Amino acid sequence: MFQFIIRRTVGAVVTLFLIGASTFFLFVAAPSDYASLACGKDCTPTRLEEIRTALGLNLPIAQQFWDFMSGIVMGRDFPTGHCAAPCLGQSFYSGDMVWDTIMDRFPLTLSLTVGALTVFLIVGLGAGMVAAYKRGSVTDKIATGSSMVLSSFQIYFLGPIALTVLVYQTGWMEDPKYVPFTQDPVGWLVGLSIPMVVMATIFTAQYTRMARASMIEQLAEEHVRTARAKGMSQKYVFFRYAWRGSLIPIVTVLGIDISALLGGGVVTELTFSLQGIGRLAVNGAVTKDLPLTMGVMLFGAFFILILNILTDIVYAYIDPRVRLS
Amino acid sequence: MTTLTKPEGAPAPTGPDSFLSVRDLKVQFSTEDGIVKAVDGLSFDVERGKTLGIVGESGSGKSVTNLTILGLHNPASTTVDGEIVLDGKELVTATEKELEQLRGNKMAMIFQDPLTALSPYYTVGRQLSEPYMKHTGASKKEARDRAVQMLEKVGIPQPKTRFDDYPHQFSGGMRQRAMIAMALMCDPDLLIADEPTTALDVTVQAQILDLLKDLQQEFGSAIIFITHDLGVISNMADDLLVMYAGRAVERGTVKEVLRTPQHPYAWGLLSSMPRLDGDIDEALTPIPGSPPSLLNPPTGCAFHPRCAFTGEVSGSLCTDARPSLADGRASACHLSAEQKQTIFIDKIQPRLR
Repeated sequence: MFQFIIRRTVGAVVTLFLIGASTFFLFVAAPSDYASLACGKDCTPTRLEEIRTALGLNLPIAQQFWDFMSGIVMGRDFPTGHCAAPCLGQSFYSGDMVWDTIMDRFPLTLSLTVGALTVFLIVGLGAGMVAAYKRGSVTDKIATGSSMVLSSFQIYFLGPIALTVLVYQTGWMEDPKYVPFTQDPVGWLVGLSIPMVVMATIFTAQYTRMARASMIEQLAEEHVRTARAKGMSQKYVFFRYAWRGSLIPIVTVLGIDISALLGGGVVTELTFSLQGIGRLAVNGAVTKDLPLTMGVMLFGAFFILILNILTDIVYAYIDPRVRLS
Repeated sequence: MTTLTKPEGAPAPTGPDSFLSVRDLKVQFSTEDGIVKAVDGLSFDVERGKTLGIVGESGSGKSVTNLTILGLHNPASTTVDGEIVLDGKELVTATEKELEQLRGNKMAMIFQDPLTALSPYYTVGRQLSEPYMKHTGASKKEARDRAVQMLEKVGIPQPKTRFDDYPHQFSGGMRQRAMIAMALMCDPDLLIADEPTTALDVTVQAQILDLLKDLQQEFGSAIIFITHDLGVISNMADDLLVMYAGRAVERGTVKEVLRTPQHPYAWGLLSSMPRLDGDIDEALTPIPGSPPSLLNPPTGCAFHPRCAFTGEVSGSLCTDARPSLADGRASACHLSAEQKQTIFIDKIQPRLR
């Protein structure tokens, strides 16, 4: 197991490097002159040259690439000051350090993820299992029907409805806002409750359907029947034998979903006027801010890789057949 | 053969000789296409210490019958009629809780494919110990000792270390042995073996069959042995039941049925079996046609569309009337006893020689 984790971590580092390299060279190859963009209308050649030097754009490409990559590990110095590791560079526009900007926005994204995740895992998996246990009953039909409807909704549809009803018409709640958890846990929860619940609703619907389908599939397995033939009770068989196998497809999708959520959700952030990682990524791409875009990209890729490794570890925990290979 | 002399719809006998008695069992599944009559009026008895073989094609109702005995059918879509009496206890009307107490304890089942029938997520030892702890109230330690003892009994080397292995670390034959050990953990009085050797190669198959026979002698269990391998059944069973389309079409002792089969379907089964001492060029004689749909079973005798001898029966009896199965050594066919004998001697026996 230990060896496996080491191997996967090395693989992840290599992948991150490749992602960084490909983003970097894609941007460099793109026909945009950042310096003249930054210089603006009344640009003089002297001013342009100054900007080029300040941004490091007149250095050889290989040098620029090395500076960027080594900065992540060791930190680097800019004319405006030192950038500590992990240094993802300095934004062309704001001049802020990219890592600091990301760290400024990440707590919101993390909060939304944790909040939504808690709700949709508990409610979604719970409802799916109950529906599978009482397959064909009224409970099952309600669960299946409502999750079918809800999973076809989108955040930009449910979100404005929730805001209109809860905030603008009744005034029961305030506009969503981010309060650091460490400062005021209650304010944190209240401030983000609307986006959390709206996100969770859509995910809950998907996870209900998935958990139900997966559970029903497992209940039809022969080894589950064997357990019943041994005289084990229905509940025991359900929770010990069928549940375990049903988790495997769920864990797969969950890993992908969590990494996507941590990478930022533009739609959610725009719907609720929040400033998270998702908006940062879009801003970076629109303004052709190379360091910012690369930083956000690598940050998101990091989570995808980490969640991938975690998913594999959970697999091995669930299914002993995975442990050997 | 006292067990086979009871009349077909008679009330369940209470005598000590008939340990399991199935009377007029009907199992129906409701599906989207209609009602499937998987078992349609089946009766049989099994004594303690004896083995009843059940043969028949896929879909003839063998497995359904035995799952119904254990109560493992899906109650939502299945209706069960008739009587199943195990040692004086009526099972069709028994509650789920009562059945739980019997399953794995008084009656146990060995499934066909030990790879899918054992859970991949738990150790073999845990899967063996569970029913023992549940039914006897034994501690974990006692259950472990018992499981190791049973693993040893079914011939698994180093049972103490193997106890902690997962099924995928076992070979196919060992998994089947573990499956048998699991079924025998609580000394069941009734053991149902559903094609226990089909997934195994021939040498392992022989070992498993010997093992089952030895264990039966030791524990005195009644065994129901389901198979479509007539070679295996001649070696294992005392009595034999031939099933077709959810009904018993012939029964008798194994010797009787295999040496002088009476039903055209049984003739077909035997003729389609290759012989070790046969000529290589000798063609096998398959039964023409395919098994009937249980959704719309043929009228009259369910076998008539595939039967070569309907011409010998007067009128339209085969397509109109369902032949009944008499008591004891009998076959459900409209041919008269003399006709059966003549046809068998003239046309069938030469093929079997």
